[in-house]
Amino acid sequence: MTEFTSEPVGKNVSRVDAYDKVTGAAPFTDDLQFGPGLYYGRLVRSPYAHALIKKVDVSKALAAPGVKAVVTGKETPTRIGLYLKDRYIFALDRVRYVGDAVAGVIATSEEIAQEAAQLVEVEYEELPAVFDPVEAVQPYAPLIHPDLGDYEVVNFIFPEPGTNTSEHFKLRKGDVESAWPRCAVIVEDTFRLPHIEHVPIEPHVAVALWEQSGQVTLWTSSQSPFAQRDLIAQSLSIPHGNLRVVAPYVGGGFGGKAGVSMEACAVAMAQAVKGHPVKLRMTREEEFICTTVRQSLVAHTKIGCDAEGNLLAMETQYYFGGGASNEYGVNIARAAGYSCTGPYNIPNVRGDSYCVYTNLPIGSAMRGFGMPEIHWGIEQIMDQLAEKIGMDAAEFRRRNCVKTGQTILTGMKMTPIDLVACIDKVTEAIGWGEERRGAARPCPAASPRPSALPRSGGFRDSPLTPHKKRGKGIAIMWKAPAMPPNPGSSAIVRFNEDATVNVEIGAQELGQGAFTVAAQVAAQALGVPYEWVRVSAPVDTRYSPYEWQTVASRTTWSMGNAVKAAAEDARRQILEVVAGHWDEDIEDLDIKDGRVISYKSEREQPLKNMVVYGLPNEDFEGWKGGPVVGHGRFMPTYVTNLDPETGQGARAVVHYTVGAQAVDLEVDTETGQIEVLKIASAYDVGKAINPDLVLTQIEGGAVHGMSSAFEALKFDEKGQPLNPSLVDYRIMTSVDVPKEIHGDIVETPLEDGPWGARGVGEHVMVQTAPAIANALNDALGIRFSDLPLSAEKVFLALQEREEEK
Amino acid sequence: MSNHSISVTVNGFKEYLDVPSNMTLLEMLREKLALTGTKNGCAAGECGACTVLVDGEPLNSCMMLAVEANGYEVTTVEGLARPETGQSTEDQLSPLQEAFVEHNAVQCGFCTPGMLISAHALLKRNPHPSEEEIREALVGNLCRCTGYLRIIGAVQAAAKDAPETGTGILKGDVK
Repeated sequence: MTEFTSEPVGKNVSRVDAYDKVTGAAPFTDDLQFGPGLYYGRLVRSPYAHALIKKVDVSKALAAPGVKAVVTGKETPTRIGLYLKDRYIFALDRVRYVGDAVAGVIATSEEIAQEAAQLVEVEYEELPAVFDPVEAVQPYAPLIHPDLGDYEVVNFIFPEPGTNTSEHFKLRKGDVESAWPRCAVIVEDTFRLPHIEHVPIEPHVAVALWEQSGQVTLWTSSQSPFAQRDLIAQSLSIPHGNLRVVAPYVGGGFGGKAGVSMEACAVAMAQAVKGHPVKLRMTREEEFICTTVRQSLVAHTKIGCDAEGNLLAMETQYYFGGGASNEYGVNIARAAGYSCTGPYNIPNVRGDSYCVYTNLPIGSAMRGFGMPEIHWGIEQIMDQLAEKIGMDAAEFRRRNCVKTGQTILTGMKMTPIDLVACIDKVTEAIGWGEERRGAARPCPAASPRPSALPRSGGFRDSPLTPHKKRGKGIAIMWKAPAMPPNPGSSAIVRFNEDATVNVEIGAQELGQGAFTVAAQVAAQALGVPYEWVRVSAPVDTRYSPYEWQTVASRTTWSMGNAVKAAAEDARRQILEVVAGHWDEDIEDLDIKDGRVISYKSEREQPLKNMVVYGLPNEDFEGWKGGPVVGHGRFMPTYVTNLDPETGQGARAVVHYTVGAQAVDLEVDTETGQIEVLKIASAYDVGKAINPDLVLTQIEGGAVHGMSSAFEALKFDEKGQPLNPSLVDYRIMTSVDVPKEIHGDIVETPLEDGPWGARGVGEHVMVQTAPAIANALNDALGIRFSDLPLSAEKVFLALQEREEEK
Repeated sequence: MSNHSISVTVNGFKEYLDVPSNMTLLEMLREKLALTGTKNGCAAGECGACTVLVDGEPLNSCMMLAVEANGYEVTTVEGLARPETGQSTEDQLSPLQEAFVEHNAVQCGFCTPGMLISAHALLKRNPHPSEEEIREALVGNLCRCTGYLRIIGAVQAAAKDAPETGTGILKGDVK
């Protein structure tokens, strides 16, 4: 152990997983070896967006050499789902999107399984389909889930049986109608966001083994090994103790590997060939359309403020296109409902947030969980309001943004944050024009836009490239962990003879650095060097302590609290033994750098050996202590359900994380191509356990958010996907990303976070797209209410303006 | 499907293998040799996660048949570090791998092997690339986590420490 890092919290220690990842040694699910007994599965998928299944004939497929079994919906008749049990593992009587899994073929090779999948004959009766969420809520729309009223649902989600609405969240605060006349300006618009995909570089993969004894093991690339155990065990009637989920490193998740998607198919298929592991891996095309996607959104939003720039009222309807199943997505609409204002203090609010079934791929969790979608419109309207009353856009946000202790829209008190500090940091970093900063500058609607005026920042459009226009934009955000009221975390801290420590957690490493944070928290709370701590991997539900899911930016906070509690438990065990040994008070003892020290007697006792063997009494007349094993757990106990008619309640969420971004970009008016030159980001994380890892989230998230502004899954009029490949659906590459992403960290401690810490993994991408839209407006004077911001769309808008002149 | 006997040098070791006609080099590495550091992200030559060196040139191993590799030298991410070169873990890494660790250029790690191979090939042919040249060299390697800047920075740092000939980069170079 060459390095020795004392008290690592707040320090930029190396990632615990870096060495294995740069040498190719880090195991991912598809890398695990299963020997010659391994079978492979392929899925038979629906070619129709909406159809009844009349007949499934598997006889030809079964007769093919090398085929071992075929599983259909008849074998999986119990519905599955996280918040709303609304789907079957294999479609039973009806398919609801192009790509819905109808059957699974198991064979001795992937190639044979693929060929045999073509031999499964399915007879369909095509039904009318609906793809737009606003269309889907009309009374004449085809009903996608006629049995919605029979589905099992958690008590804070409100489906409307007999319609395509799986959740309707209502937020009522103050009196919107009486507030509109008091507004000096009102901006109203409709915003549309398409479905996008997570695009982890590792596609979904699962291997399942159903032993004759009834023991079932699932090896899976998952953010949610425990949630998978729970949901699959319920659906397939497996005792929880018999279902073991092993989750090696995840090659990118972003919400796409949260909950259950194709993994349940693998388990159901393994049941048909007991004793043989079955590997099911998604092709890139399946990854795009058959795992999950981000929900689409149509938002009608109206916001007004007075002449001084004080926000007075907001009315909004969010229609989330949830796709064929809304088992997870219902809670996205709910989260968008209780956070519907964005990070603003608005006295009068009427919000309705709907999750709506459509005949498209399943909408589910994606980094930000409803927040990138709603901030797209909110943040553009805020810019327009500021412009109309002649106030600087950053100043308008400083004035109206939510502040610590305020009573927010649901009635809860805002947890500690400093959003103004975040705004200050990004405006400084981006060089927000001196003439625009601070005081309001008159800018009546008829006068030139601020960007058309010379700026003191010195970045006017270059005379050498007059066809290129530059602009800057700002956007702010908030997000709370969106989850049930009581998701739990637990941890175990075990000492080895040499005083190295094994930390066991059920939280998953997706690249965000959870394992590193766990090691830092344990080392700090125990008083041992960081280098002495090992995090037990992979997560294995047979040995790892419970964790709800690695989602919602809840891990550093919730898992961190559990690890800290486990370490404190272990520390107490050690100090009790040493205090007894020395006949001193525990209060006078401490553990520093792996040694127990007494502030009173100045004695020292190394942890080595005593943490396993204990310490002898005087003259070896017996012994004290024994192997040190600390246990810890954490679960928020204070979150309340909200009134179904008003969305009001004492405590809607555990807390919010807030942040600001500013963008500097250049747009080529001859092509419509946008080049983002710089992004400045600042987030209030409470306490950065590892500041550089926070910055890596900020950088990666800014690029993810930027990429999302240009991405869209496309479908034809029959719901057939048009671009499910990495060539036709482009994500940002090394040549697309800005020269500079400036990150800043604000630290306003959270009351119940480890050392004040809260999460930031999702927040970093939430407001990038609207910041780009605001900068684009600054450059061109054109607003875009629909994503994506394709070069074609920008170019056509410029053409249209030319024609109008 | 007929099988073919081939010989291919992988990370310095000569391998004699029977491979089906339609087996890709990627499948051969992962399934015949259990060299699972090379990743399968799309099987269509689009993501770069399966990048390996074939006689020093980076290419997508999912787009090359194993039989085509007959007689060639292949280097995978497992061939970049050399456990026998040092006592401590740090000494075993190539300077490029060290730079990826130091710059936190790794998050989920799934694109990392392909990124390292592409960057390795760049530094071999151009020991002191400009930022633009690094970006161009990595354009075929998709990453969804990092936003690329840490990776570009790590390659720059490894290049800065490189002697003019560039051979110092290749502690794990396969002769």
